[in-house]
Parts: sequence; structure tokens; C-alpha cells
Amino acid sequence: MKLLKAFWKRLAAPSKAAVGVVLFMGFAGGLLFWGAFNTGMEATNSEEFCSGCHAPIVQEIQETIHYSNRSGVRAICSDCHVPHEWTDKIVRKVQASKELFAYFVLDTIGTEEKFKERRAHLAEREWARFKNNDSLECRNCHQFDFMDFSEQSPRSAKQHSTALASGEKTCVDCHKGIAHKLPDMHGVEGWQ
Amino acid sequence: MKKLITALLSVGLLLTGVAQAELDNPGGIGGVESLRGASELEATRAADDFKKFPRDQVLDSEYVYQPPLVPHTIRSYEVSLNANKCLACHSWKNAKEMGATKISVTHYVNREDAVLADVSPRRYFCLQCHVPQAEAKPLVENEFKPVDSLR
Repeated sequence: MKLLKAFWKRLAAPSKAAVGVVLFMGFAGGLLFWGAFNTGMEATNSEEFCSGCHAPIVQEIQETIHYSNRSGVRAICSDCHVPHEWTDKIVRKVQASKELFAYFVLDTIGTEEKFKERRAHLAEREWARFKNNDSLECRNCHQFDFMDFSEQSPRSAKQHSTALASGEKTCVDCHKGIAHKLPDMHGVEGWQ
Repeated sequence: MKKLITALLSVGLLLTGVAQAELDNPGGIGGVESLRGASELEATRAADDFKKFPRDQVLDSEYVYQPPLVPHTIRSYEVSLNANKCLACHSWKNAKEMGATKISVTHYVNREDAVLADVSPRRYFCLQCHVPQAEAKPLVENEFKPVDSLR
């Protein structure tokens, strides 16, 4: 109690240190905090971090064009599943805390069977997210304005120049399962 | 005495036989060449280059009732219990909108000859019959000619 009181007094009373020193301390502290915070954020965006829980899904991408291709440009989990904009990123990270609860406490995808059962739910959530933000994470790399329809096959050029151009459809409406195996697609629009 | 000589002789014969067999067998593939060229069993030959699948090509039928070939690339098109990417364009439901070829009506018949409302399970795995064609020269000469009606 005595210690607490002393601490409070210290906080309440003006410091005897020079204003410059106090300012410098605040500045340095802020710098350290911000650096640590951002490093933490970066760490939770790395592939190794994702595989900690989602190892089987992270493995699936290896057969796809987003992992291995002729030019060697590749996407990692966070490129598609975490917004790049800072505020949106924080919002998504906070939402993810609920997913941590589901993983660690409810153990929803702990075994392969549980994961298979849950897969459709997980996929649908992600599809809905992409639909809501107009496939923003796709468009971070695949920019519509720079698509050369003459380089596309006639069928894709037709669909991109009509439905996608008018905003009637967004990337994820047709491009599902491009980096993962699909859940049961019966009843999903545009599938068998 | 006689027995000893026979025994010695047979042992000698056996040994020469073994030696002979060893001399006759040079090891490896024994000079036999496969269609893919000569390569010793002990050595690991460098793999051939992958054959390229053209993005789009026109492929005609060669015989009556031939399952049509796939004229486009199908990289990472999933055909599994969960999803069938082929049917996303070629099913009767989607073919018109996608401008794709419809699957034939035979795919709606089950093995009891009953006509079903959807693709018959025995026809679900498209790639069992329909395959894409790579630009690959045949290893052996082939004189097959399509029938007149398909020429």
C-alpha cells in the first residue's frame, strides 16, 4: 500500500527532471513501444506463425500457382487473409482473437476430422469477407485497370470485361479454392 | 575312391558353373535399350523435361465414341468428392452461361440404364476418360487412321 501511494505521488507530482529530458524519455519510450508493436504485428503475419495452427492448410498452397510459378512471385497467407491497410489490419487482428478462443478453448479444428467438418464454415466466412470488401486482397496485386484482355482467353476476357468491370461480380465469386482445396461445393452458386 | 572322384568333380563343375555365370553377366541392363534410351540400372538418369500443355488447342476425335479430349489447361482444377471444377462450366446447368460444351446425355445414365436427374456417380470423375493433350511425339510409330467418317 505504501509503495502504491508513493508511486501515485510520483505520477501526480511534477517531475524534477528538466523538460527536455522528460520529452526525450517520452519520445524514446514511444519509439520503442511502436517498434515492438509493429514487430509483433509482422511476426503474426509470417507463414511460420500461421502454420503453428493451420499446418495442413498452409501445405495445400504448395501445389498452386500462388506458391510456385514461372516468375517466382508468390503470396503468403497474410497477403490474402490479412488486410494491408493499418486500421483494417488491426480490426482483423482483433477479430482473430475470437478465432484463437475457438482454437485453444473450444478446439474446433484440433483433429483432421474436426477440421474437415469445419472446413465449409471457415471457407464461407472467408468468402463472405472477400465479397464484402470487393476482393480487396486480390486487388492489392491483381489490378483491374491494368488487365490486358487481349492476353486473356476469349472466355475470361468476356467475363472480366462485363461482369467484373460493371462491379456486378467480384473476384471471389468465380475464383474460389485458388490456393486451397475446396469444401463440399454442393449448393454453392456457380458450382455443380 | 570312385565316390570321392565324383564328388570332387561335381564340386569343380559347380564352381566353374558359378564362375561362368559371373563372366556371362556383365551386370546392369545387359545392353538392353528401352524406348527412352539406354540407361544403366545403377545410374539415375536425369528426368526428361515436362511436356507443355498448350493453353488452348483444337483436338478432333480419332474414332467413334472417343471421349473428347480436354482442349485447355486444367492446372489445379479440383475434381474430388467435395468439388468438381469441370462441372462448374460443362454441367447442363452452367454450360449455356459459360459458353462451354455440355457433357453428353450418356453421363446421366446409371449402370442399370436408368436416366437420372444429375450426373451419374460413375461419370463423376471426368479425368478417368477425358484427358488434356501435351505436345508429345509418340515413342513408337503408330499407323492408326481414323475411320472415313471422321476424316
